[in-house]
Amino acid sequence: MGAKMVEFNGWDMPVEYPASLGGGIIAEHMAVRTGVGIFDVSHMGDIRLAGPQALAAVQHISMNDASRLAIGQAQYSAMLYPAGTFVDDVIVHRLAQDEYLLVINAGTREKDFNWVRDNTRQFDCAVENLSDDYTQIAIQGPKAVDLLQRLTDADLNAVKFYWVTRGWLGGLENILMGRTGYTAEDGFEIYIPADEQTSARVWNEILAAGGEFGVVPCGLGARNTLRLEGKLPLYGHEISDTINVWEAGLDRFCKMEKPEFVGRTALEKAKAAGATRTLVGLEMTDRGIARDGYKVLDSAGHEIGYVTSGSPAPFLKKNIALAYVPKEFAAIGTQIKVEIRGQGAGAVVVPTPFYKRPRAAA
Amino acid sequence: MSYPTDRKYTKEHEWIQVNGNSATVGITDYAQESLGDIVFVEVPKVGAELAVGKTFGTVESVKAVSDLFAPASGTVTEVNAELATAPEKVNKDPHGAWMVKLTLKNPAELDALLSAADYEKFVAEEAGH
Repeated sequence: MGAKMVEFNGWDMPVEYPASLGGGIIAEHMAVRTGVGIFDVSHMGDIRLAGPQALAAVQHISMNDASRLAIGQAQYSAMLYPAGTFVDDVIVHRLAQDEYLLVINAGTREKDFNWVRDNTRQFDCAVENLSDDYTQIAIQGPKAVDLLQRLTDADLNAVKFYWVTRGWLGGLENILMGRTGYTAEDGFEIYIPADEQTSARVWNEILAAGGEFGVVPCGLGARNTLRLEGKLPLYGHEISDTINVWEAGLDRFCKMEKPEFVGRTALEKAKAAGATRTLVGLEMTDRGIARDGYKVLDSAGHEIGYVTSGSPAPFLKKNIALAYVPKEFAAIGTQIKVEIRGQGAGAVVVPTPFYKRPRAAA
Repeated sequence: MSYPTDRKYTKEHEWIQVNGNSATVGITDYAQESLGDIVFVEVPKVGAELAVGKTFGTVESVKAVSDLFAPASGTVTEVNAELATAPEKVNKDPHGAWMVKLTLKNPAELDALLSAADYEKFVAEEAGH
């Protein structure tokens, strides 16, 4: 498509599509906020756990409570190291009575699969790496449901947020479609057979059907700015093997009432000790763009933390960032600085998520 | 896009148009295309001294930060203030949306720069990588 490609964790991925296709990061971002965009996210990994003890296995390796999932329901969760830090974040789908699908990140696919396999050996359940079997396409935006409905017999409006359905799609039978995404917008992520011919055909059918909705193909650039506006964490940035759940502020996805899961003991101790740093949202008040890795300074210019993700926010039209800072700097309205090319540029702690989609959209 | 023949080019993708002892500097179409949506342009104030080959400013797109390298040594006489509020003009008209004007210190430095034809060849090779 003439897209600008970049190597991302061993995958050749489009950063953005050319303006002739309605692309460019800002245009792609705006299409998802106001219309619909589609993303080739086939780099995402998929791990299937099936068997009599599949639930017990999922409960052991993830911090959310998978026992609450009805068949067809999904939840945001994470796999943790014994230290309470992140192996990866994950969406857990319950596909059948004793069958779960974990959707994981590209950069951590092998690590994640090995982790799941090695930590579920004591359970009567099969663990399969299906990452190469599926191509994942995300259709995102307020018009995503209307667009995808043109191509499937499944009743998409009946599918609630974080639930899945199956149906015909582009001549294929029994295609899994989840009302999930990484854009802070309504939409679906669909899982189609990975052979190039099939995935290319479905991609093109979605683009063709999306003409009347002004669909725009979107790359990794817009995916990043969209998820940042929605404060959705990215592995290696807001979460990593050196950051724990409390620091990342993902408390509500971590169910300490579960008697046991990998990382729980350390998290209990960390909770008692209290987090010393926390993730905050920043908005630049001076001219300048905070970028990943930039230093955060107090008003006197002392280094107090660092930016995990920073970018211009195309929809909000502000320069925003997520950063780790000591707790005493986390209050909304706190004035701090971000070091940009040797100079401290003013920023203020703001409420997050930066962007929340209008209620009526779902 | 074809590159105007009334100016010279650097391998860092700046252009410089000379008029007597003064010159106008901007970035090329290839540069704006590679960067994508430009959202921030920072250049030095009038009176600043630029040294050939050294950074003198910054251009940022949504996804990337890129330094500006001085195509020649000289003193800044004018900056394009419009780009502070409308940086997207660099995407729309890269060879018109200039960044700074200079008084040249040593016009002979320009001899080392690329002609439009040579620059076009250079970027064709870069793009092929």
